[in-house]
Amino acid sequence: MQRRHLWFWIFTGPFVIGLVVFSYVPLIWSLTLSFFDAHNTVTPKNFVGLANYAAVLKDPAFTASLGTFVLFTLFIVPATYALSLGLALLVHRQKFGRAFFQSVFFLPTACSYVVASLIWRLSIFNGVRFGLVNSVARAFGGSSVAWLSTTHPPLYWLVIVTVRLWLQAGFYMVLFLTGLTRMPTMLYEAAALDGAGPGWRSFRHITFPQLRTTSVAVLLLLTISAFQAFDEFYNLLSNSRGYPPYARPPLVYLYYAALGQGQDLGIGSAGAIVLALVIAVFTIVQARSFRLGEKHP
Amino acid sequence: MSRALLSRLSRAVSFALLLALSALFLIPFYLLVRNGLATDPEITAPNWTFVPHTLHASNITELFDDPTVPMTQALWNSTLIAVLTTAGTLLLASLAGYGLARIPYPHAPRVFYGIVATLMIPPAVTFVPSFVLVSSLGWISTLQGLIVPTLFSAIAVMLFRQYFLGFPGELEDAAALDGLGYWRTYWYVVVPNSKPIFAAVGALIFIGSWNSFLWPLVIGQDESSWTVQVVLSTFSTSETVDLHELFIAAAISIVPLLAVFVALQRHLVAGVNSAGMADWD
Repeated sequence: MQRRHLWFWIFTGPFVIGLVVFSYVPLIWSLTLSFFDAHNTVTPKNFVGLANYAAVLKDPAFTASLGTFVLFTLFIVPATYALSLGLALLVHRQKFGRAFFQSVFFLPTACSYVVASLIWRLSIFNGVRFGLVNSVARAFGGSSVAWLSTTHPPLYWLVIVTVRLWLQAGFYMVLFLTGLTRMPTMLYEAAALDGAGPGWRSFRHITFPQLRTTSVAVLLLLTISAFQAFDEFYNLLSNSRGYPPYARPPLVYLYYAALGQGQDLGIGSAGAIVLALVIAVFTIVQARSFRLGEKHP
Repeated sequence: MSRALLSRLSRAVSFALLLALSALFLIPFYLLVRNGLATDPEITAPNWTFVPHTLHASNITELFDDPTVPMTQALWNSTLIAVLTTAGTLLLASLAGYGLARIPYPHAPRVFYGIVATLMIPPAVTFVPSFVLVSSLGWISTLQGLIVPTLFSAIAVMLFRQYFLGFPGELEDAAALDGLGYWRTYWYVVVPNSKPIFAAVGALIFIGSWNSFLWPLVIGQDESSWTVQVVLSTFSTSETVDLHELFIAAAISIVPLLAVFVALQRHLVAGVNSAGMADWD
C-alpha cells in the first residue's frame, strides 16, 4: 500500500512541486507585496497596509482600464460568438469542400497576435494612403482615415476588434461544429414531420437550444480571454513614444504600472489582486446567470 | 417554388457566402506574402498592385544579413523555447495526469482540486507575481526564466487525466501479468498507445509557446534573449519601419506553425475540442 502512495508521488510530484513554486508561491508573495511599499524591490520592509489598494482604486487610469475592458467585452464577445456560430452553421451544411472551408477559417489560429497586429497596423488599417482599407475607400470616392489615432469617433475599436475576431473565430467555430455534429438527426426528422423545414424555425427551436452547453462554454471562454487582452492592444497602439492615453485594458495598465518607469511592484501586485477578484466575480456571475436560465427556459 | 429548388438555391447561396468569407479570411496571409516580397516603394505606392512586378526573394537574405535585426538569434530562441516547453509540458503533465487517473491514492482528489484551482486564476494576472519570482531567482533574460515557469500547465494535466480515465484497463492488466510495475507499464504500454492525445496537447502547447508575447516581453529584456514575437513587435512599433523586411520576417515566423498545422490539424481540432469543453462537461 505504501509503495503505491510512493508511485503516486513519483508520477505527480514533479508537476505538483513546480505548480506550487511557480503558481502558489508567486501569488502569496504578490499578496504580501501588495501591503508593502515595493519600489524597485521584491523584499520590501516598509509596511503600508491598504495604501496600495487605495492608490490603485483611486487611480483614474485604473478605473478607466476597467471601463475599457467592459467596452471591449461588449464588442468582442457577441461579435465572435455570432461569427463563429455563423461560420459553423454554413460549413456544417456544406457537403462539398467542407474540409477546405474549415481549414481556411481555422488557419488564423496559427497566427500570433503580434503578426496579426502588424498586418492590421501597417497594411490593412494603415492610416496613410496605401493602407488597404483606405485604398478601397478611395476607389469608392472616400478619403483616407487615420484609423488608430482617431478618437472622435473612436475608430481604433474597429481595428482592435477585427484583429481578435479574425484570430479567434475559427477556434470557436470548431467547438460549434463539434456541437452540431453531435446533435441527433432524429430531432430534425421529427421537426420535419411537424412541418418545420431547415431554416430559421428549426434553428430557433432545435439547433440553438441543443448548442446550449457549447454556447455557455464559448461565452465564458471569450469573456476570460477578453479580460486577458494585451498583445493586440500593445502592438497596435504603442510606439517609441509610449502608449496613447486611450484604449488601455487592465493588463496594459498593469504592465506599465509594475514594469514601467516606476517599477512599483506593490501597486502592480495590488492591481493584479484586484483584477483577479474582478474576473472571479465576473465569471461566477456569468456562470450563475446561465444556470438560472436553465431552470426557466 | 418547390421545396427542393428552394433548398438547392439556399445551398448555392451559402456556398457563395463561404467562398467570399474564405477570401476575406485569407487576405491577411496574402498581404504578408505580397508585402514581404515587394519593395518599400511598391508597398507604399498610392495605386494598389495586387502582385509585385518582380518578386523580391532577395528580401529574405537581406533580412538575415541586416545586423540591426537579430532575426537568426530570435528564430533560434523561439525554436528552443517552443520545443523544450512542449517536451517538458508533455512529460510533466502526462505523468501527473496518469498518476491522478490510474494510481489509487486516498488524497488524489485533493491534489486534483489543488491543481484545478489554479485555473481559476487567469494566467495573465499572475505575470506580475511570476515576474517578481523570476527576477529574484536572477533568471531575467535567461532561457530557464523563459521556459521553466511556463512548464506547469494545469489544463494539460486535466486533458491527460481525462484521457487516461478512459484508457482501456485490459492493456494495463496484461502488463501487470507480465510483471511490469507502474513505471514500465507507463512507458512501454500506455505512452505508445496514446499518441493522439500527445499530438493534440503537444500541438496546442507548441503553438501557444511560439506565439506567446507578454511573458517573453517581460522576461527577455536583453536583446540576446528576444523571441521572434518580441523582435517583430519591437520593429513594428518603432519609429522608422522597414516594411518589406518586417513583412518577410513575419511571414517566416509563421512557417513553423503552418507546418505543425498541416501535419497535425486533425489532432489539433480534437485538442481544441477537449481543451475548450474540458471545464464544462
